[in-house]
Amino acid sequence: MVTTNEKSAVKTRFWNDEKTRGIIYQVVTAMLVAFIGYYLIANVQDNMAKQSIASGFGFLEKEAAFEIGEKSIEYSAADSYGRALVVGVINTLKVSLIGMVLTTMLGTIVGVCTLSSNWLLSRIGTIYVEIFQNIPVLLQLFFFYALFYEAFPGPRQALNPVSGVFISNRGIDFAVPAQHFAWSYVVTAFLAACVIAFFIARWAKKRQERTGWQFPSFWVGLGLLAGLPLLTWVVCGAPTELDIPALKGFNFQGGQNISPEFSALLIGLVLYTASFIAQIVRAGIQSISHGQTEAAMSIGLKTKHVLSLVIFPQALRVIIPPLTSQLLNLTKNSSLAVAIGYPDFVQVAGTTINQTGQAVEGVALMMLVYLTLSLLTSVFMNWYNKKIAIIER
Amino acid sequence: MHQFKSLFIGCTLLLSSAGLVFAGNGDTLKAVQAKGYIQAGVNGDLFGFGKADQKGVWKGLDVDTARAVAVAVFGNFKDRVRYTPLTAKTRFTALQSKEIDLLTRNATQTLGRDTSLGLDFVQVNYYDGQGFMVPKSLGVKSAKELGGATVCVLPGTTTEQNAADFFRSNNMDWKTVTIESTAELSQAFFAGRCDVMTSDASQLAGIRASSPKPDTYMILPDIISKEPLAPAVRHGDNQWKDIVNYAVLTMINAEEFGITSKNVDEMAKSKDPKIQRFLGVTAGNGKALGLDEKFAYNIIKQVGNYGEVFERNVGVNTPLGIERGLNALWTNGGLMYSPPFK
Repeated sequence: MVTTNEKSAVKTRFWNDEKTRGIIYQVVTAMLVAFIGYYLIANVQDNMAKQSIASGFGFLEKEAAFEIGEKSIEYSAADSYGRALVVGVINTLKVSLIGMVLTTMLGTIVGVCTLSSNWLLSRIGTIYVEIFQNIPVLLQLFFFYALFYEAFPGPRQALNPVSGVFISNRGIDFAVPAQHFAWSYVVTAFLAACVIAFFIARWAKKRQERTGWQFPSFWVGLGLLAGLPLLTWVVCGAPTELDIPALKGFNFQGGQNISPEFSALLIGLVLYTASFIAQIVRAGIQSISHGQTEAAMSIGLKTKHVLSLVIFPQALRVIIPPLTSQLLNLTKNSSLAVAIGYPDFVQVAGTTINQTGQAVEGVALMMLVYLTLSLLTSVFMNWYNKKIAIIER
Repeated sequence: MHQFKSLFIGCTLLLSSAGLVFAGNGDTLKAVQAKGYIQAGVNGDLFGFGKADQKGVWKGLDVDTARAVAVAVFGNFKDRVRYTPLTAKTRFTALQSKEIDLLTRNATQTLGRDTSLGLDFVQVNYYDGQGFMVPKSLGVKSAKELGGATVCVLPGTTTEQNAADFFRSNNMDWKTVTIESTAELSQAFFAGRCDVMTSDASQLAGIRASSPKPDTYMILPDIISKEPLAPAVRHGDNQWKDIVNYAVLTMINAEEFGITSKNVDEMAKSKDPKIQRFLGVTAGNGKALGLDEKFAYNIIKQVGNYGEVFERNVGVNTPLGIERGLNALWTNGGLMYSPPFK
């Protein structure tokens, strides 16, 4: 009798079981979301069919028949909408990636400056942050763009500060090495040098941990990065011919051009985001107790080593999560390009929507692309965050 | 996780904003009569076609077209038209989603739009064509000399495609600068960011008039496309389509008969049976459209005939200074032609 009593006391109804209940809630929620999603999509499709509005993604293969101002891959008006959208995505990636790197560097420098014991430096840092943080980024973009086309002369009166470089309201045109088979080898050599330098640095670090012997991996790496491409260049016959931009007709032909739209967008985004990153870096460094600095100094570390070996590694743990969201912001803000004429993904998708009239599909594509970019950035930053987290031994 | 959440919210907003409703025959007229006004989609930023003046009074050829429709339905246009300024991107969606009853926003009629956007275009109220504007100092006399030029283009219209077609078919290189807002684009053009600006010729005339030095710019004689600008209504409501169509045609027909807002009362006493039918002295036309018999009389009296509307908004005595050209009556070598009102 006693045993049965015990048994019934332990046995609970399955809906009272915490675990089962949890699963039921999750399944119900998932079904609800799926149903709402299905209802909305079916409703839109139904109504569009009734109004004879075209739907589906078939338009991606049709001829785009519009031109794009800047492209990193081959594209002409005869290519498809799909390819046009890819050009747009690459343009967005280009400005976002370069922007992320530059804004992180600038933000860190400004953040350290605001904490500097040098009065002038810290004041300049503070003023920078206050100005750029408090002006809407769209206004900054308009300002830098207007600066470019108002301040610089037309291509016929282009400024020529250094031979081979021309600055006009059409952007910056500069000479690049003329086509030669050597250059592709030089690039390969540079990439190879990067890989080798990385492994040397890793080996040197491990050896130092094991034996305490230091290895000048920075200087060796630098030597590799400069020396290996140079050696390849010399071996391939040292071509020195340049492709110099020249004024032909309305514009410069030849060389490489950085457009005012790209420059204005990049400068605007970098300066704006850096002001937020500076604040994050400042907060991160201030979160490390002063005792750490004193302890590091008392064992005789140089000032730069106090910062790079003791303070920064700890501060990074505070800095990385908010930094991630600022870098995501930079990517998302890059869609403001449409206001100053840089052909980013939103602009190309906008034209596509206009010409095909398929707004629902176009907007869905836009959301997909930005979501993918944001998630990829998050994944990378989370990986990095884990890597620098305290390793408990 | 919050990314998923915002995606979900985004989806919901997107889909609910696209909560499209099928337009049945006669629905629009009933809805418009019930609420007591017409919601018209207009440009909002285009001098001569749709723009509010400093006092907030809407003016323009497209605005007058919307007023003519309001007069046809209500007998007058005062407080009977409400305007929704729309961009090139949002205009068709606004019509599809019933946000507006009528689109009079310099929209080009094309086969693609007619068939895949769920809308119908009615009688063209302005025959336009795409042209090029250049600074006179450039020394260019024809669009064929524009190879290698940087061109300022307004996005979201047929303009981008026409320009691409033109440069492609003439084997010329070109570079585009595409900026969303007309004001920003014009400013970049005036500052010399581009060599050329391309858009509908009427629009170029408006932009040129807004420049600090209009005399230093010229519009090249080449017209590279056909841009029949027409009002549009939702597909499926044929009665409403008829009303809008004949409201526009009334203005054209009035000019053919020589009836103006000034002499319409005298003309109403005319013995000519065609004019008697047209002005509703002899009943029939109004009933056929489901409107008041005096609708044509009211439109002419209150809005004017096509010639009056044209000259008032975009004609040679306005800052735009546009000649009638294609928009003259067919009897004067233009394309404006009305079927008989009987």
